[in-house]
Amino acid sequence: MKLELRGITKRFGTLVANDHIDLTVRPGEIHALLGENGAGKSTLMNVLYGLYQADEGEILLDDVTQHFRGPGDAMTAGIGMVHQHFMLIPVFTVAENVMLGHESTKGIGALDIAKAREHVRSVAARFGFQIDPDALVGDLPVGVQQRVEIIKALARDAKVLVFDEPTAVLTPQETDELMAIMRQLRDEGTAIVFITHKLREVREVADRITVIRLGKVVGEAEPTATNAELASLMVGRAVELTVSKEAPTIGEGGLEVRDLRVLTPTGQIVVDAVNFDVRPGEVLAVAGVQGNGQTELVEAIVGIAARVEGSIRLNGTELVGQSVKAILDEGVGFVPEDRKVDGLVGDFPISENLILDRSADKAFSRGGTLRRGAMEAFARDRIAEFDIRAQGPATLAGTLSGGNQQKVVIARELSRDLRLLVAAQPTRGVDVGSIEFIHKRIIETRDSGIPVVVVSTELDEVVALADRIAVMYRGAVVGIVPGDTSRETLGLMMAGAADPEVAA
Amino acid sequence: MTALAPAESADGTLKLATVRERHFKVPIVLAAATILLALLFLFVPRDGTSTFRFGGAGLPDAELPTAATSWILVAVLAVLALWSFVDARAYRRPALWLTIVFGVLAVFAFLVWASADGLVPVTSLLFGAVSLSVPLVFGALGGVIGERAGVVNVAIEGQLLLGAFSAALLSSLTHNPFIGLVGAMVGGVLVSFVLAAFSIKYLVDQVIVGVVLNVLVTGLTGFLYGALLVPNETLLNRPVRFDRLEIPLLSDIPIIGPVLFNQTFIVYLMYATVAIVAWALYRTRWGLRLRAVGEHPQAADTVGINVNRTRFWNVSLAGAIAGIGGAYFTLVSVPQFGKEMTAGLGFIALAAVIFGRWDPIRATLAALLFGFATNLQNLLTVLGTPIPSEFMLMLPYVVTIVAVAGFAGQIRGPAAAGKPYIKS
Repeated sequence: MKLELRGITKRFGTLVANDHIDLTVRPGEIHALLGENGAGKSTLMNVLYGLYQADEGEILLDDVTQHFRGPGDAMTAGIGMVHQHFMLIPVFTVAENVMLGHESTKGIGALDIAKAREHVRSVAARFGFQIDPDALVGDLPVGVQQRVEIIKALARDAKVLVFDEPTAVLTPQETDELMAIMRQLRDEGTAIVFITHKLREVREVADRITVIRLGKVVGEAEPTATNAELASLMVGRAVELTVSKEAPTIGEGGLEVRDLRVLTPTGQIVVDAVNFDVRPGEVLAVAGVQGNGQTELVEAIVGIAARVEGSIRLNGTELVGQSVKAILDEGVGFVPEDRKVDGLVGDFPISENLILDRSADKAFSRGGTLRRGAMEAFARDRIAEFDIRAQGPATLAGTLSGGNQQKVVIARELSRDLRLLVAAQPTRGVDVGSIEFIHKRIIETRDSGIPVVVVSTELDEVVALADRIAVMYRGAVVGIVPGDTSRETLGLMMAGAADPEVAA
Repeated sequence: MTALAPAESADGTLKLATVRERHFKVPIVLAAATILLALLFLFVPRDGTSTFRFGGAGLPDAELPTAATSWILVAVLAVLALWSFVDARAYRRPALWLTIVFGVLAVFAFLVWASADGLVPVTSLLFGAVSLSVPLVFGALGGVIGERAGVVNVAIEGQLLLGAFSAALLSSLTHNPFIGLVGAMVGGVLVSFVLAAFSIKYLVDQVIVGVVLNVLVTGLTGFLYGALLVPNETLLNRPVRFDRLEIPLLSDIPIIGPVLFNQTFIVYLMYATVAIVAWALYRTRWGLRLRAVGEHPQAADTVGINVNRTRFWNVSLAGAIAGIGGAYFTLVSVPQFGKEMTAGLGFIALAAVIFGRWDPIRATLAALLFGFATNLQNLLTVLGTPIPSEFMLMLPYVVTIVAVAGFAGQIRGPAAAGKPYIKS
């Protein structure tokens, strides 16, 4: 089935998320939609899927205009979607998830589970993988959950399949398997829309590429285009994709983590037997697929994890068991992985967000009263220094773009006297320009002789920043390898292979 | 602490150690209960004979020597408590049967002590327990359906009360209890409509709407009672009630026959409703969609299910079911409507929902437990135990608190219960 979008425009208030976007996807073709975070890719797909109503423009399937009032209409028309955040119900079985919304029943509305099981098995068999239709989705690994999403779409005979950032949660090997599935679908005649911001994947799998920037189509590209060409199209100017850095000058002391174990309040182990050192002047990147204990490891270091056993020493001082305040006073800077939840108060202005952890500092308060003037001057300096694009210190943090919000967080943490920087997902949901800037500042921090821990699920970021890489899998460190380790090896380690040299 | 190294599993991937924790909550509760009973028997010793009557079925009375029997039972309880300690020390979770057997024996021991030189009519004790549970069971089913669909139904109390009121009114006017029953369902649905409209359409906090609705219904029925029912009592507040229907054969079964199968229409309706809801919630399209919108409304939306409509009609259904429970007050237990006659039972039903882990069968069992506790208190007042009657009146509520706090601490309800679904 041929999909055609003509002049799609979607506005949210004054913001134009999609501005007259045209897109044609033919059957048997993988069409990549490339753009930065916030470029409007997901909005466009939600319009296509009936979740949003377009303000202007029309959707055509095989040259017939469609009117989707909801996802149900889009599905009936043959559009399927593999969502970035899986639309699966964790407490339901695979079969229940697949049949939800189009249940076959017998008698007085009783579910025909046997038929649904068979359906799941037959679709899975087409792609040569096995899946237990009676397994609870919440118990399955992320990669398998994604397959359930794909089966869900195919079980409804989708002729146009949209993959929304499908590789964000996968290991490199799982990504390869996904691409094989996409190619097989294409060869069977499905029209595929592949939404991503990862250049490598686009070049590998796409037949055609459309690039979106700030809600507009800015160009088309061939899969033969280079990374640099695609990146400059995506960002609108030439970008430096690699971070230039010198060999590290390693100092003494730093962070020592020994036999670390973190438990949830209910007693489940989420981090176990973790040992590593980070010396002043080096970047240790913690790599791994999302949800393998990285979050809890960071929480343990900064003192917000509930139950921690083992030892974390910074320049000889034990941090385990200390209050968060004491840990901050030891000179630990922390960039949390979700800036909107843990990094900023959206309804506070930039100036207040910049001193959140220093409200007792004499520079900013006297006798319990905030010194507005000093705060404002401080904010002006930081805005200039960190290139934060905002009207001024009084701008509310919540109104800034992702990249600028992140710069506010980075500015706050880096403007203290640090002895350790812990940055979790420092560039998640941040535009390419800000990524360059933030990476540069992290390397500067390293070069000034501060130990840096960077946690990232993006392999590109890990490789760009790391002097050494610790790979986490199921709460444990699989191994610590040099920064120039190959992607294949890292991928195997991210899938849990303890000794990739043997496994490879 | 020993040095740790993650083990390697067969497929060459890492495997984390599992932490084994000892859980002493259950053993401690059991031990405390045993000690309390022993202290009671020690300091308030009672002699004589306790008689248990299994009336109606031709079974002889059981006569037990009070002191000896109660001490033997305490010994058995102590063994059970010790057993659970051993289990917990060995990292095992205490078996459920152990807790249940302990509970039954503890109640039995207490009854033996309380009925020294007195009579415990076992059949009527259980019969009363079932009767008192009826509104609780219907209320709890209404709560289960509402919460499974993602709307916390705090308004059960209001649904019961308006159900009781409209049942009394309509049954008095038409002299037909079945029309009264339909009226009760309509009353429950009306309360649900308001709850659904405010929580689903206007996104008001569901708990607050529920609480406000309870107060509103209390005030409304109180006003109508004073203004309408009291002056026209013969016309408006003389409901025709349901008669008992004895089911042949089944009612001849010893003990449970007269308890379960010599009841009124509403009780038989309750058996059917529990069975149907328990089956349909897990085995039908209706149940699957209902649970889907309560667990992950966005996922339900993306497969073409209208989340808010599904929620709206299921909350209405929940109101209808809770309304039937209200009808029981005026069409079975008491011959007329009285002000605030539901007396907080709606909140006990809410506790049964949580204690029953949002499952129809478990919630029903929880409701039966609370009903039993209430009836036990009635019996103990009659028996004239040395314990003050005010203390006895607390019993059902103490059971509720212990049940919800002690055993329901870590269970998880429907993920999206209480959260309105806003399409982004």
